[in-house]
Amino acid sequence: MRSVDLEKTPLRELNTSLHQLKEGTNETDWEVLNPRGQHAVAVGIDAPVNVNIRGPVGYYCAGMNKQATVVVHGSSGPGTAENMMSGRVIVKGDASQYAGATGRGGLLLIEGNASSRCGISMKGIDIVVKGNIGHMSAFMAQTGNLVVLGDAGDALGDSIYEAKLFVRGSVKSLGADCIEKEMRPEHHDALSALLKKAGVNGVKTSEFKRYGSARKLYNFNIDNADAY
Amino acid sequence: MCGIVGLFIKDKALEPRLGELTAGMLATMCERGPDSAGFAVYGAPASGKAKITLQSPQPDQDFANLEKSVEGDIGAKVKLEIKSTHAVLTCPADKADAARQAIRNAHPTVRIMGTGDAIEIYKEVGYPTEVAKQFALSTMTGTHAIGHTRMATESAVTTLGAHPFSTGPDQCLVHNGSLSNHNNLRRELKHDGMTFETENDSEVAAAYLTWRMNQGLNLGQALEKSLEDLDGFFTFVVGTKNGFGVVRDPIACKPAVLAETDQYVAFGSEFRALAGLPGIENAKVWEPEPATVYFWER
Repeated sequence: MRSVDLEKTPLRELNTSLHQLKEGTNETDWEVLNPRGQHAVAVGIDAPVNVNIRGPVGYYCAGMNKQATVVVHGSSGPGTAENMMSGRVIVKGDASQYAGATGRGGLLLIEGNASSRCGISMKGIDIVVKGNIGHMSAFMAQTGNLVVLGDAGDALGDSIYEAKLFVRGSVKSLGADCIEKEMRPEHHDALSALLKKAGVNGVKTSEFKRYGSARKLYNFNIDNADAY
Repeated sequence: MCGIVGLFIKDKALEPRLGELTAGMLATMCERGPDSAGFAVYGAPASGKAKITLQSPQPDQDFANLEKSVEGDIGAKVKLEIKSTHAVLTCPADKADAARQAIRNAHPTVRIMGTGDAIEIYKEVGYPTEVAKQFALSTMTGTHAIGHTRMATESAVTTLGAHPFSTGPDQCLVHNGSLSNHNNLRRELKHDGMTFETENDSEVAAAYLTWRMNQGLNLGQALEKSLEDLDGFFTFVVGTKNGFGVVRDPIACKPAVLAETDQYVAFGSEFRALAGLPGIENAKVWEPEPATVYFWER
């Protein structure tokens, strides 16, 4: 295992080393010590490696991640796993605003709470939050799944496209064009698979409600002209 | 951008380290606000004494005879402690208004940064670590401190445009964000007798809270009201003689992290600001909720 202490090693050196890893590398296990809230820790990895970050990180941790599993043993700042492509990012603590924003694939698991704008403009990523999410989450979410075991804040799924939202707790309010939808068998199956993928046990899919797009904002409707 | 740090000490044993810890926190926020920096430090109040923090663009000339001139005008002993471009004038509490007036009349180039029993305010244009060094922040002691690193948006990069803003005795405010209704609000507050030193939007927020507290509200209540009356983006950290408050607007774009232990409450725009605090590994660390007032009083 490679251990990198950010008290001693500059962040750019760590990230450069991670970027040089290719598929088939033998250096598959990494540990990052003393991140102390630094930004852009372990961004842009494109190799099937494991990175354990011991402590809280700042902005954009594991952004653009491909293939790698990045675990933050602490909380993470804004833009965690932003535009992730594949792999897994796990935050053991809380994640700040716009976690998983624009993510295209992979799994983002937040074991604590996520704050506002979680999954904003998500494009295929799966996000599982064990705690609560803040306001304006899944804003303009296009595809992918957002699973929340706790509560959701105001304006969930505002202007949502085809992403699927599953919330176990309460939803403070729904955003424009976001509605509650029926949980059909295929949704129970899909949710069950997501929970399994995230390693969440002891939770029944029947405890969740599904939310998605009413598809009324897709095209300009002259009847809505007064609203602008 | 802009960076905010704040430290409210609960355990007296930590009070001697207030300046050192605040300087460490401020240094982590340089990139967020490299234009200018400032801090308010609440030291131990001396019974019956008031402190007036002054600033001058020409300290050598302005501060040379200031002590004597103020003493002559108010008929009481004062003490002037010069720190670079700033100076703290200590005078009998009942003479504080007279001293302020005497300074305004006889020393028009001297600016009054703040007045109170406990507060001292220092702010200048420059890189935050340099500003902290200029005033020897790391040697200061006290009960609580609030610091700010500024990336200017709404008004010019000047000493007076730097934060904190103090618009009432022992009160100060720092702001990350920008207000959109500050002109209207300034006009209304002026109508009610509030005075302003700058065109800065954050000064309006400070004056607004002072105006509310003058109506008899406590800091927490004043902050609640600010959510109704202020429009724009803001994370505020405010200090009073014995209080420390935090509030974010309902959209909450401007970052904020709070930490609490038995020894202190700490605020940082980012976790980096808190990483060096004693016992942070076991602190309760959380992101303050939007449109929610947090405040502590001793």
